[in-house]
Amino acid sequence: MDSIYVHIILLSLIILFAIFAVSYARVIRGAILLGVVSMLVSISLFLLSSPLAGIFELSVCSGLITVIFVSVISLTIPPDDKQRKMNAISMVKKMTLLFLLVLVCGFSLYVLDSKNITFIPLMQNVQESIDTRDNIWNLRHVDLIGQALILLTGIFAVVVLFKKDTNKDKK
Amino acid sequence: MSLENILLFKLYVITMPIMFLIGIYAIMTTKNIIATIIGIEIMTKGVTLLLAACGYFNGRPEMAQSFIIIMIVVEVVILTISAGLIFNIVKKHDSLDTRNIRNLKG
Amino acid sequence: MSFSLAVLIPLFLVLFFNLPFYKVSGKIAIFIASLFCIIQAFSFFLPITANCPISQYFMLDFQCDGISRLMLLTTAIVAFSSLLVLYALEDTDRKQFNFVNLILLSLAGMNGLFFVRDIFSIYVFIEVIASTSYVLIAINKDKNSLEASFKYLVMSSVATVMMLSSIAILFLVAGSTDFVTISSMYQQYSGNTLVVVAIVLFIVGLFIKGGVMPFHGWLPDSYLAAPAPVSIYLAGIVTKTTGIYTLIRLFYSVFGFNTSIQSILLIFATISIVFGAFAAINQSNFKRMLAYSSISQVGYIVLGLGAGTTFGVAAAIFHLFNHSIFKSLLFVNSAALEKQVNVSDMNEMGGLASKMPITSTTSVIAFLSTAGIPPLSGFWSKLMIILALWTADLKVFAFIAIIASILTMTYFLIMQKKVFFGKLKEGFENIKEAPLAITFVSILLCAITVVVGIFFPFILNGLINSAVSF
Repeated sequence: MDSIYVHIILLSLIILFAIFAVSYARVIRGAILLGVVSMLVSISLFLLSSPLAGIFELSVCSGLITVIFVSVISLTIPPDDKQRKMNAISMVKKMTLLFLLVLVCGFSLYVLDSKNITFIPLMQNVQESIDTRDNIWNLRHVDLIGQALILLTGIFAVVVLFKKDTNKDKK
Repeated sequence: MSLENILLFKLYVITMPIMFLIGIYAIMTTKNIIATIIGIEIMTKGVTLLLAACGYFNGRPEMAQSFIIIMIVVEVVILTISAGLIFNIVKKHDSLDTRNIRNLKG
Repeated sequence: MSFSLAVLIPLFLVLFFNLPFYKVSGKIAIFIASLFCIIQAFSFFLPITANCPISQYFMLDFQCDGISRLMLLTTAIVAFSSLLVLYALEDTDRKQFNFVNLILLSLAGMNGLFFVRDIFSIYVFIEVIASTSYVLIAINKDKNSLEASFKYLVMSSVATVMMLSSIAILFLVAGSTDFVTISSMYQQYSGNTLVVVAIVLFIVGLFIKGGVMPFHGWLPDSYLAAPAPVSIYLAGIVTKTTGIYTLIRLFYSVFGFNTSIQSILLIFATISIVFGAFAAINQSNFKRMLAYSSISQVGYIVLGLGAGTTFGVAAAIFHLFNHSIFKSLLFVNSAALEKQVNVSDMNEMGGLASKMPITSTTSVIAFLSTAGIPPLSGFWSKLMIILALWTADLKVFAFIAIIASILTMTYFLIMQKKVFFGKLKEGFENIKEAPLAITFVSILLCAITVVVGIFFPFILNGLINSAVSF
């Protein structure tokens, strides 16, 4: 268990970068900042004793997804300055976000403080620890079939959405 | 559970609604289609953190890990589909503006 | 037939279609897929064995009860009609092929959803169904369908995030995600704030997926913009399984009922019924009106669930079955109109009854069934819902259900008058009846509605009571 301050700093950095990511008018910066958020989340996952998930998050979410985002953005025409100015989110809306954030923080603190949450199973009654890989293959194989289905769907999505209609089809 | 752990747990639980709110805010206010997807991604990051924290605090991190791994796979597929949709929308409208895709009214 | 085959066969069929050694044409793919649907529908009447060698090899711990079997039957019927309409309407070979593959993947996802007994697996299979639907809606790549698909994707992703955070909290408290553990946990901690928040989040997520009224924004757009076979599939079964079936399953086998949850269900159901019906009256587009009527009918299903008794659950699942059948029938007829008349505004149609007798007769029967006229199937399920509410001492909601039924009648009468009856509009003289495949589907679905209605007393014992043992 690391010091609690590490967690606090990580979480506040995650929230800060998330706010930056949504408030930039240029999407490419937003996408890169999202990659940064993802990286911080993966560090956080590592601290929460799930290193394998952290590696997945780091390689897939902050790597692959950023690549997908950047390639989609570069396929499109960047807006000129006038449009960008029009698209910029106004100060009033930003302040609304801040206000809502404070409200939600306060509310969740209140909810969590007012009720006793010590019913959570304690750390010491951990069952004999199973390896994650065994856990996936032995206990969650139904989900693996779901994963196979969704990956096939992804393949067909690419076939349907990215492939150009040939002339033969158009007739 | 020690007092420090409870505080930590509360911090992780509070992070989720904040991330959710940031995501919803991005979806509601933005005028750019890609920023909508960024908002969804931020919400998903919040859920990832919550799942990991839940696994950590009830002593079954290996189960939470398998959840997160499956979730990331699903997330990537959904993102690929949305990238395909955005690609086609941009080809049709020549811009990323969400105001173009408000022809249909609930 | 072993029920895990219902998931594995479509998966293998998709792989088999796409092997590189040969080329499967769209027509053959449609034929094989509809054959699978017929087998699945008939497997409802066969005794289901728990396991077969293949499923043991895959170690799938699926479970099957009466509700799952009824849903299997419904899914098979709707998918079959969708495939036949696809055969009649779409003539591009590659599009047909992609469509069949996506439908098969979606079918596998649905069948999986009916059998799993674990909330995380529910999430995975719902995502399978949802992601196939995004692609299916946008399959024509025109402006409106892309927009509808994108809207659906955004709304559905928000719902997914809600459901996942709920799953995370339940997992935290119970330590596992299978139904038995969570159910026993819930009895212990039912008053805890975090658990209540988790359940409310889950319900709201499912409401978004199922298009219940305040969260319905994406639904009419998707139904309207999707190509005809897809809108049959979406309206008939997709929103019903991802949203409403999961809701029923969750309360029937995991959480049970208590007054606060019941009141949430009842209030949202009432809003959905009443406002859905009023919104449907104002529509001039045929498919859009059907979409709002769908929202209203989904409200009935949730209302039946909100009665909180096993009889209410039986009523809800029976209404879900009936609704799937007659809503697919109406969407099949709208596809026929779209193909033959090529106009979707109801004000521009008129007097089509003489030109398209089968389409108009079947849609009259479907609308009578929706409005709850005896002896059609919709009457019995609505009666069961009202009785369930009455016996659960929720008489106000029973009255609302009866009154809203009259509203349903109103908008369908308006529709019938505008589209099928009255004087034939100019320019419609040369209109012919729809192609054979579409009329066949109409007659089939219509026959199911009538037969289920007339032989209801037998069906009640054989079908519904075995589905939900009282």
